Amino acid sequence: MHIKVLGPGCKKCHETDKVVREAVAEAGSDATVEYVTDIAEIAKHGIFSTPAVIVDGSAKCVGKVPSKADVKGWLGK
Amino acid sequence: MAGDCCVPGGNVMILACSGGSNVGQLSNRAAVELTQEGIGKMFCLAGIGGQLSGFVQSARDVPQMVVIDGCSMACAKASLENAQIPMKTYMVLTDLGIDKNKDLNLKPEDVLKVKEAIKGALSGE
Repeated sequence: MHIKVLGPGCKKCHETDKVVREAVAEAGSDATVEYVTDIAEIAKHGIFSTPAVIVDGSAKCVGKVPSKADVKGWLGK
Repeated sequence: MAGDCCVPGGNVMILACSGGSNVGQLSNRAAVELTQEGIGKMFCLAGIGGQLSGFVQSARDVPQMVVIDGCSMACAKASLENAQIPMKTYMVLTDLGIDKNKDLNLKPEDVLKVKEAIKGALSGE
């Protein structure tokens, strides 16, 4: 499983990256997490706003910081 | 898009049917001008109709949205329903007393009427 956190680098984007990484660690998942700040790369996902979380190519959360429970749900934990 | 990062209150998503009639194109013109005026941001209804996940999830998560259909065929509304996206503010332009026809030369007074109606609907949310 590959998770992309999309965000140019503001406070909410950093918070989203932190929440996702902590949830992955707490769940004992082997998912990889990538923090994408490149605007052109972000735009390819067709999202309206950031931060956003993409799990294996599917958008799960747009324009808000997810909870750890949300992330663990996406991990199937 | 990225410029909206961390802006409190978020943005208004504007979805227009952009259909092939005067009212369809009025929905599109109004969406473009309201975006340029900073009232909201036009977003791709086609991406939602195509059920592309970034577009669908964006529409599900956005706090404020206006959906504009030109006529009672309600294609924009149907696209959202097919993607199981909850409707928020909704408007049908023929309900404003604008008759549907195939003349794509839009009347400035109709564009203004549509924009004012949308602004009114948004302020009433």
